[in-house]
Amino acid sequence: MISLAGRDILHAWGKFIFTGVGLGLLIGVTLTMAGVYRGMVDDGKVLLDNSGADLWVVQKDTLGPYAESSSVPDDLWRSVRAMPGVSQAVNITYLTMQVRRGTEDVRAMVVGITAGEPGAPGWPPHLVGGRQITRGHYEAVADLATGFRIGDVLSIRRNRYTVVGLTRRMVSSSGDPMIFVPLKDAQEAQFLKDNDAILMQRRRTTANPAFNRPGAPDLLDAVIASQTGNSYVNAILVRIRPGFTSQEVAEPIRRWKRLTVYDRAQMEGILIGKLIATSARQIGMFLVILAVVSAAIVAFIIYTLTMDKIREIAVLKLIGTRNRTIAAMILQQSIVLGVIGFVVGKIAATFAAPMFPKYVLLVPIDSIRGFLAVLGICTLASVVAIRMALKVDPAEAIG
Amino acid sequence: MGTRGIRIEKLSKRFGEGDTAVLALKNVNMQVAPGEVVGLIGPSGSGKSTLLKCLGAVIDPTSGRMTLDDTVIYDDGWKVRDLRALRRDKIGFVFQAPYLIPFLDATDNVALLPMLAGVPNEDARRRALELLTALDVQHRARAMPSQLSGGEQQRVAIARGLVNRPPVILADEPTAPLDSERAMAVVRILNDMARRFETAIIVVTHDEKIIPTFRRIYHIRDGVTHEEAGEGRDFERPLHAVAAS
Repeated sequence: MISLAGRDILHAWGKFIFTGVGLGLLIGVTLTMAGVYRGMVDDGKVLLDNSGADLWVVQKDTLGPYAESSSVPDDLWRSVRAMPGVSQAVNITYLTMQVRRGTEDVRAMVVGITAGEPGAPGWPPHLVGGRQITRGHYEAVADLATGFRIGDVLSIRRNRYTVVGLTRRMVSSSGDPMIFVPLKDAQEAQFLKDNDAILMQRRRTTANPAFNRPGAPDLLDAVIASQTGNSYVNAILVRIRPGFTSQEVAEPIRRWKRLTVYDRAQMEGILIGKLIATSARQIGMFLVILAVVSAAIVAFIIYTLTMDKIREIAVLKLIGTRNRTIAAMILQQSIVLGVIGFVVGKIAATFAAPMFPKYVLLVPIDSIRGFLAVLGICTLASVVAIRMALKVDPAEAIG
Repeated sequence: MGTRGIRIEKLSKRFGEGDTAVLALKNVNMQVAPGEVVGLIGPSGSGKSTLLKCLGAVIDPTSGRMTLDDTVIYDDGWKVRDLRALRRDKIGFVFQAPYLIPFLDATDNVALLPMLAGVPNEDARRRALELLTALDVQHRARAMPSQLSGGEQQRVAIARGLVNRPPVILADEPTAPLDSERAMAVVRILNDMARRFETAIIVVTHDEKIIPTFRRIYHIRDGVTHEEAGEGRDFERPLHAVAAS
């Protein structure tokens, strides 16, 4: 038996190709949306992977340091380092801000890392150019996505940093590229005020009789010094010794240091389950809408194509064609349209993904799911046309 | 006459119920023997189309009996189970317009019916090509319907009606869109095919040009038929001469 659907498609190939391309662009948008979601999840995982930490020690009862603000004293890492099962413990700060690049600025996450300890948690694990930070101040390692190149000078607050190394795919959970600077500089940048604000604060402190006592002349200097310095970090990254489990190390820190400790799975749950949950739902809604629109378009196109063949269908029924042969013809055409659309959509999404400002991750499983969804949608969309075709009275061929 | 070919006895068809009921056919009797071509003529609204649809097993008669090639199709409310297969295997249709499937070439338009009946594609195409050759359109065998002239399309449509060697062919105004010469050619082809394949052919027509060619004519008016002898002109002209014209 010849394929009626195939013959019809070959006969009207232009109509099918152009319709398939239109549908494909819609499917391409759908696949890209899924890729945006995957990219967000991947950004979160990359952030955790690249931190090189097994545990995140943060301020008690906070979801820090990525989903909420968290501050812990910068000398606490020593006592954490002494806890059983801890191999390494280092301070880290995270600050998302606009970083000056020449006459414009770029949004980046500034990460403060302990100077002079390459390979420690928090450090960029690999460079694509240049070297790691070796000085305690005014050097930076930047992600390629920031647009900085080795030797460039960037400004954070009032300080200028020379880019000495470049990394790739070092991003925050929201996809902002990272810039690594020495910890002390990052701590200062977090709370650094402008000169006028500092002068006003000093004047206000001096005018306060509680701090400016005639009998304690050093008190005022001590208070002003404490106001201008920042002795806090956002978290302590911990790497555990081989042979210890995360819980074995985390539990004593929680109990004795009165801090909150997250292991990798918990931190992933915070990033994906809380930080990007709303965005994920938003994308999910878009996907549903796009799926409904795609289904409506396929249904309309197949319905129209079938309406154009009403007389032929009546003739086919009159000369004894089985209903299932006619239904199969319409279903096959619908599926072919979907396949053309999927191929076009997949190609469009693959070429368009790198052009997006944020990371778009197209994973094979999404393509497979998308393909199955397209087949399902096309099958459903053909139902209306099939029902109409089966209702055609063969007597219509006679008149 | 036996019951080969097609035979209907006291066939009636009523549409609607109660006060709005319309009796479209009233105890119609008709018999067409194998190899015979008869005309069915009548004014608009006389019941021609209803009778054609009953004969084509497209609508069920209300009462009466219909026998097709020794098989009872309808008998006072009873009917055979698979009318679709019956239409495919026992009845050929030729329409006013050819209604060829636009996305199949001439050969496959004809071969589609045997393919639907389960005949292997190559055998079906061979059978189609034989008929197209008999109808002198074999040189257009690979042409799409849109590339065929009106006369060629109608000959392909006749080949499609004949391809399953049905015992009966129903032709609904087959010459309506054609000029006199082509109309006569189609009538000659139908007569030639009827004789060659022992097929009973019923031609519904308004066409004054071809009415004199029938040996027997059924007139239908207000759902009632009566039979009369026709003139039976110009039957003997050979097919190659028709093709040449």
